[in-house]
Amino acid sequence: MSSTTKKSSFIKSIFQAPPFRWTKKLLGKIGFSGRGLVIAVPTIWLLVFFLIPFLVIAKISLSEALIARPPYSSLLEWDSDGLLQISLNFGNYYYLIDDALYIIAYLNSFKIATISTIFCLLIGYPIAYYIAKSPENKRNILLMLIILPFWTSFLLRVYSWIGFFKANGIINAALLNLGIISEPLIMLQTDFAVYVGIVYTYLPFMILPLYSNLVKLDDILLEASADLGGRPMISFFKITLPLSVPGIIAGSMLVLIPAVGEFVIPALLGGPDTLMIGRVLWDEFFSNRDWPVASAVSIIMLVVLILPVMWIQNKQNSNLGES
Amino acid sequence: MKTKRYILPITVVLGFTFLYAPIVSLVIYSFNASKLVTVWGGFSIKWYAHLFEDDQVMHAAWLSLKIAFISSTLALILGTIASLVLVRFGKFRFKSLLSGMISAPLVMPEVITGLSLLLLFVSMELLFGWPAGRGIVTIIIAHTTFCMAFVAVIVQSRLSDMDESIEEAAQDLGASSLWVFFDITLPVIAPALVSGWLLAFTLSLDDLVIASFVSGPGSSTLPMVIFSKVRLGVSPDVNALATLMIGIIAIAIIGASFLMFQKKK
Repeated sequence: MSSTTKKSSFIKSIFQAPPFRWTKKLLGKIGFSGRGLVIAVPTIWLLVFFLIPFLVIAKISLSEALIARPPYSSLLEWDSDGLLQISLNFGNYYYLIDDALYIIAYLNSFKIATISTIFCLLIGYPIAYYIAKSPENKRNILLMLIILPFWTSFLLRVYSWIGFFKANGIINAALLNLGIISEPLIMLQTDFAVYVGIVYTYLPFMILPLYSNLVKLDDILLEASADLGGRPMISFFKITLPLSVPGIIAGSMLVLIPAVGEFVIPALLGGPDTLMIGRVLWDEFFSNRDWPVASAVSIIMLVVLILPVMWIQNKQNSNLGES
Repeated sequence: MKTKRYILPITVVLGFTFLYAPIVSLVIYSFNASKLVTVWGGFSIKWYAHLFEDDQVMHAAWLSLKIAFISSTLALILGTIASLVLVRFGKFRFKSLLSGMISAPLVMPEVITGLSLLLLFVSMELLFGWPAGRGIVTIIIAHTTFCMAFVAVIVQSRLSDMDESIEEAAQDLGASSLWVFFDITLPVIAPALVSGWLLAFTLSLDDLVIASFVSGPGSSTLPMVIFSKVRLGVSPDVNALATLMIGIIAIAIIGASFLMFQKKK
């Protein structure tokens, strides 16, 4: 007790030291309250390093690629008469619409992300349900086991699948030894490997919001249904499933949106014909050095994705936040 | 009827196997003397020796640890302030803006975050001359920004679970709000801060995509080096590296939960 008081009075004395009081007074004079300042710090950081970058992307997507440093033209220029000239170039967007490669890449990304999300849901729902229905001490251990892989390197976990999928990898060796197949299956560098990689990586993102939704479900409803003669299966489809829709939506968004723009998984596990938009953007930027086209690719991705992001933002705070 | 009862546990066991088998395989093969994953060439630690002789890996690992330490600490501070503001400050003008900006990085595809930050840094350099070139500073800024979103999720949930009446009682007894925060709120949310910091640290240590965009020449982080190695196929020294990282993280987590457990007692 005495040590706590000592520590406390020490901290207290720091805040009452003259520099602190003077700073507070000074800031108060120019119209800053402590409260305003505390709000300002994270808000300004995120404005500068999260929101404004999107305006910069939008700007550069309208410029022309140049072989220069930086490799794009500027939109605003003072011409010889001192007039401000604005040159907008929509060519990058035409280019994206014109070239089938980009449209196919977008559609393919959505297809892969959607199918992976459905598989995450099919695998994740029973696990989340089982954890939510377990006794509390067991529940915490199981939850910890779900969260633990988060703490190990994502890149290395994706990489570890190469050892399973290779022509002379673990799965082929097992199947050959069992005599199920006579020739190694080609799994690495296929869409199949990409699906497994995405489901594997994003499964915890599906389970956690589902769990926090299911754990809140009142058992009384199910008991009432059973008392009225409802079979367990019917109770599940009539009560549990409809009530867990917010969890399903939150989990699906947490899987679907990042999966659409995924780069590492298709790069390591996919083949050259696994077109995903994250990879296209990467190549456009790093191989072709075409910054304006890369910007246009991400602006379109943002426009398609930003509505669901804004929509889940409210859901997320209440669902994921509690897990 | 009886088989039905086992369907759920079997699914759960399969699910957990799916989650952990790849991690276990990395650990096992890091000790395999043979380069082939299908051949057990006997127990060996030669890949670990290889790893420590590799200057490029060692240099990148040190750089990544430095970046992860600084950016997770910054992310912890900023994320905690943001959570406090959102959970405890009631209504203010930019509340929905802040809550949107803090949760959006959670789902934003990394390629977009990386590209947008790079373009910001380039434009800033053109306008203000800062940051001059790209390297450790720009990676730290980028990592802080996306890690603070994860810290905020964890801290916000802890704050909203916390009993507000203790804080109110302290305030009624005449404590200033800053004082209440340091003496009451902070100790209560400490476990969330620890796990938030750890998560931010591993996310930063792990990030390939964003770092690739915002890093400069000579500042290749560990994931960038790993990626260039594994793009060419399985390389056993990467298995050794993975095992070391898993080991360190496991020790950190066990240590942290042990500390928390003791505190609870």
